[in-house]
Amino acid sequence: MSTALSRPSFAERHAAALRQARFFAWSFARSPSSMLGLAIVLGFFLLAAFGPWIVPYPADATGAMNLANRLQPPSTAHWFGTDEMGNDLYTRVVLATRTSLWVGLTIVGVATLVGVPLGIAAGYFGGVVRSVIMRLTDVFLSVPGIVLALAIVAALGPGILNGIIALSIVWWPGYVRLVEAKALSLRNEPFVEAARAVGASHARILAVHILPNCASPIIVKASMDMGLAILAAASLGFIGLGAKPPAPEWGAMISVARTYMPNWWWYAVFPGLAIYLTVLGFNLFGDGLRDILDPKSNRG
Amino acid sequence: MLAFVLKRLALTGLMLFGLVCITFVVSNVAPSDPAALAAGPDATRDMVETIRREYGLDRPLHEQFLRYVAGLLQGDLGRSIVTTRPVSVDLARYFPATLELVLLSMTLGVLLGVPLGMASAVLKNRAPDHLTRFVAVSLVALPAFWFGILLQLLFSVHLEWLPTSGRLDVATPPPPPITGMILFDSAVAGQWATFRDAVSHAVLPALVLSFPCLASILRVNRAEMIEVLSSDYVTAARAHGVPPLRVVCVHALRNAMLPTLAIIGLRWGWMLGSTVLVETVFDWPGIGLYAVSAAIAGDFKPVMGVTLLIGLNFMIANLVVDILYGVLDPRLRTSS
Repeated sequence: MSTALSRPSFAERHAAALRQARFFAWSFARSPSSMLGLAIVLGFFLLAAFGPWIVPYPADATGAMNLANRLQPPSTAHWFGTDEMGNDLYTRVVLATRTSLWVGLTIVGVATLVGVPLGIAAGYFGGVVRSVIMRLTDVFLSVPGIVLALAIVAALGPGILNGIIALSIVWWPGYVRLVEAKALSLRNEPFVEAARAVGASHARILAVHILPNCASPIIVKASMDMGLAILAAASLGFIGLGAKPPAPEWGAMISVARTYMPNWWWYAVFPGLAIYLTVLGFNLFGDGLRDILDPKSNRG
Repeated sequence: MLAFVLKRLALTGLMLFGLVCITFVVSNVAPSDPAALAAGPDATRDMVETIRREYGLDRPLHEQFLRYVAGLLQGDLGRSIVTTRPVSVDLARYFPATLELVLLSMTLGVLLGVPLGMASAVLKNRAPDHLTRFVAVSLVALPAFWFGILLQLLFSVHLEWLPTSGRLDVATPPPPPITGMILFDSAVAGQWATFRDAVSHAVLPALVLSFPCLASILRVNRAEMIEVLSSDYVTAARAHGVPPLRVVCVHALRNAMLPTLAIIGLRWGWMLGSTVLVETVFDWPGIGLYAVSAAIAGDFKPVMGVTLLIGLNFMIANLVVDILYGVLDPRLRTSS
């Protein structure tokens, strides 16, 4: 039989990794809060993907006017009520999901792409490289992110793109801090020393030996940060420096809704609920990932 | 020890200089023309040019930077276009309100967070523990600006227990200014009616601002308590027949408090930052609201002034925590 000599199957070749993955999935599924987080996150991604096909009034997200229906309370025709333009709030809240997830992914993506390489370089090379990178990081971490982002958006001018730029600028230093400490502790590990001894280049050591070993805390932080970045972007929208109506965005909707309080309460309630659930979902999900991927770390 | 403190001080100085550079760069990449902004919308070209010369905005960048730093060293943060006052005067006027709010929130965070964390640790993995932990995660996820509006809706509009916004009713006479913190000033002056009014105004914003801090104090206290409760000396105390409540509240709590103190220090700057949102919701006239209204009007100098002030506070709080930890744990003085 030729099968005895053929290449082992995928499952055989990766038996150890698959066993590990099954164990991770099993322990993740054992925690109700982690599963709740996963369900919420998946739910919002589905809403973002299929939103335009499930909302009852897709035109309401693009600045349609329907003044006869303005500020209607929640009903069967308008589940979340309507806003001051007569637009259906359920439609606008659902369609804003895509904006928020996109904003979160962009900010966290830029922050990891900038922060992780800098952190690895700082921790691995040490010396002057480390001093320069870490001092620069310290400066950016010396003021709360939301304040610095406010200053940057004030200078660039309001708008969702400028909000993303500002939040990306304040977000990367967190990853440098995280990865630097990890890379520093890895660089004297025997397997790194062994790689160096057999003549591996710095680039290879960083990519093959250091980076994969830093992956767990990065993944955990990135999933928590998705929620926090969405919250921060919504905060800028609320202040009036983020997304501008009529484009649907949760923070900006609450900002407008404030002028219609308290009589038209539903206007502010539903977009805020969406922000809360998204952030909660990513936090619970990230917490669950931390418990399985990075159980030793303890956070304040 | 002295070398450790000096080194930390030097680093803080370096960070402060870095932050000054950032604020300078940010105000100079602005696409809008600061001279035109200062001159107002109706200004002629000549007036704009005059202002440009007057503020030195026509000079090369490095010269402007030196002027900027020299001004900062003399406490000159520029002038606000909206209020037309120097930013330093505005900050002195608005900062006490923010300080009052943050101090109050910090107190609330500790008073609620420490006992909840303790209870959660003692009842580990039982229903109250799960509930508390879920609440802690929720508090971090709640958008402060949204939850503030909901609280206003419930307590101010629906129940009519508390006022919606501001620091005092229009009809309430403000106390003679000593610190600018109304709660403190009215208590010193013995104006208890004013004090009560100020408390009722401060409850909601302070509560909303305290949530993230409360959540982290709770988490850290719980984790620390769980560790301490399983330590040998707690077991020994129990074995000697010390009453359970005394073991938890005296033996264990004392040792679990240290990380909580660190959180308080680290959260200080973050809470100052969050006032940007909370003060906007509650129309609380502090530096957060000042920065936001300036940012919307495109008035940079106040925004940069607030950024520097909060950054300075943040750095000093971190410095104090570092030094305290250095005092308490000598190993940290020599590492890194």
